[in-house]
Amino acid sequence: MNVILETKDLTIGFGKNKTIKIVVENINLRLQAGQLIALIGSNGAGKSTLLRTLARVQNPLGGLVFVENRDVNEFSNLEIAQKISLVLTEKLPESNLTVYDIIALGRQPYTNWVGKLSAVDLVAIEAAIACTEIEHLRDKKHFEISDGQLQIVLIARALAQETPIIILDEPTTHLDLPHKISLFRLLKKLAVESGKCIVFSTHDIELAIEMADLFVAISKGNVVQANADLMIENGVLDSVFDEQQIVFDRIKRKFIFRN
Amino acid sequence: MKNLQNFVKSKQFLLAVLFLLFVLNISYGAVNIPFFEVLKSLIGHEASKETWQYIVLDYRLPKALTAVLTGVGLSVAGLLMQTFFRNPLAGPYVLGLSSGSSLGVALVILGSSVLPSFVSSSMLSVYGIVLASCIGSFLVLLLVLVVSQKLRDTNSVLIVGLMFSSFASAIVGVLTYFSTADQLQKFTFWSMGNLGSLDWSSVLILFIAVFIGLVLSFLTLKSLDAMLLGERYAISLGLNFKKFRVLILISTSILAGSITAFVGPIAFVGLAVPHLAKMFCKSSNHHFLFWATIIIGASTMLVCDVLSHVPGTEIILPINAVTSIVGAPIVIWLIINPRKQKSNF
Repeated sequence: MNVILETKDLTIGFGKNKTIKIVVENINLRLQAGQLIALIGSNGAGKSTLLRTLARVQNPLGGLVFVENRDVNEFSNLEIAQKISLVLTEKLPESNLTVYDIIALGRQPYTNWVGKLSAVDLVAIEAAIACTEIEHLRDKKHFEISDGQLQIVLIARALAQETPIIILDEPTTHLDLPHKISLFRLLKKLAVESGKCIVFSTHDIELAIEMADLFVAISKGNVVQANADLMIENGVLDSVFDEQQIVFDRIKRKFIFRN
Repeated sequence: MKNLQNFVKSKQFLLAVLFLLFVLNISYGAVNIPFFEVLKSLIGHEASKETWQYIVLDYRLPKALTAVLTGVGLSVAGLLMQTFFRNPLAGPYVLGLSSGSSLGVALVILGSSVLPSFVSSSMLSVYGIVLASCIGSFLVLLLVLVVSQKLRDTNSVLIVGLMFSSFASAIVGVLTYFSTADQLQKFTFWSMGNLGSLDWSSVLILFIAVFIGLVLSFLTLKSLDAMLLGERYAISLGLNFKKFRVLILISTSILAGSITAFVGPIAFVGLAVPHLAKMFCKSSNHHFLFWATIIIGASTMLVCDVLSHVPGTEIILPINAVTSIVGAPIVIWLIINPRKQKSNF
């Protein structure tokens, strides 16, 4: 088993010293390369906080995160940028960046101090564009394309960063059903073909059940890691939403409302 | 590659414009000196009249160089701050750096009677004023940074800057109330801005300060590119944010502080020029923007200096007034033109 991302008794949350707000405690995950992993939980459960902590953009309140069996605190910023890439939900600030520029920025961990792109960098950028099939967008400004297209572009940027781990925060929000499905397919393809460990948070649980290899569920302050079948069997999905009216129908594999 | 070729072409074009403006700036002034005589003085030959040569070499040339350094420094500081704060309206004047410098200088000029005599005499020297000015802008920027870290909204940084500059102005107001007429006159002249008061040794000091500021700015360009995706993406790309922030803090306060010390608070150049550069480059790559900002900043200040000489008279308008008259309409146009705004910021 090729465990690439691991947490030991991780506590996530905000604040320091006096005003600590713990979101989730005792998170123990073991995530493997080549897997598509869906992180589920209701709004405010701490999905984004967990993802940001895993990516070391935010500090944990306690516990440890291991990447390739090494404590992330031992990594330099540049080293971690060569291991983990991020796709976030936040809007890009206003700029003149083109699609190509955005993807090229993914090469920053590898370029020299001036940021000049080498031949290797150019190859990686082209590979990312080809893999995500966005050749037709390359010269468009980032504000000229749709939300769904921008999402793909940001994934291409993460690909250009050539990291074994990609973390995505709700990549399917704002997308319509066909775009959601094609995005899931793209992520699945990346996990299977390039052996990356892809962790994403989502509210599209029913779609994720079809595609993801593994689930990490945050419910009522607990974190459970299991595959879809086990997750359904143990009734974890019933308790994901802290709501009596919504239950998961094990046969239809769908959420239903109880009247 | 085609874009790059176009850019080189346009960069040469910009440089040619800058050179022309520089020569124009030197040949234009209250005293009418024939163009040929100006050139003769510049390349080291003796002009027909000794006074002409003196005017060109010891007044107009240092003034033109000061204008170039001022335009370059303030514009680059503006470019850095706009990307760093992710706010298109940020700039050394808007965020209160110039007010901070004013406060520093005011404390030195107006407060000199309070200080012990040996301190005040050393502080009143050029170095003292430059140092006080740099420290003033550094402290204001530091405060703006600390407050802006607590507020996620990028627009609030403007309000914070505004508050600090009114605070600084208020302190300056209190100081002027207690100062002598002589001190007050000195400070008032300084605060109106003057490009022409620098002798060669001051120009050299200003050059060194601006040069250091530019070198430090150059080190931030790669990180600024990453910041175009936002702070979190930049960190995920390996940016050492703390180091980056310190570099921005030091470079912009050296630029704004040293320039303000020598020529007084100059408005709008730092805000408007980066936008002109962005329009010109049609790119967000900070290496392109850096050079375009430098050249356009220098050109803009040379033009403003020429405009400050009222034609046919010996009247010279305060440079601060001229940059505001030129810069304010540009900024208003940028704000009320949302389509342009989106593609240019």
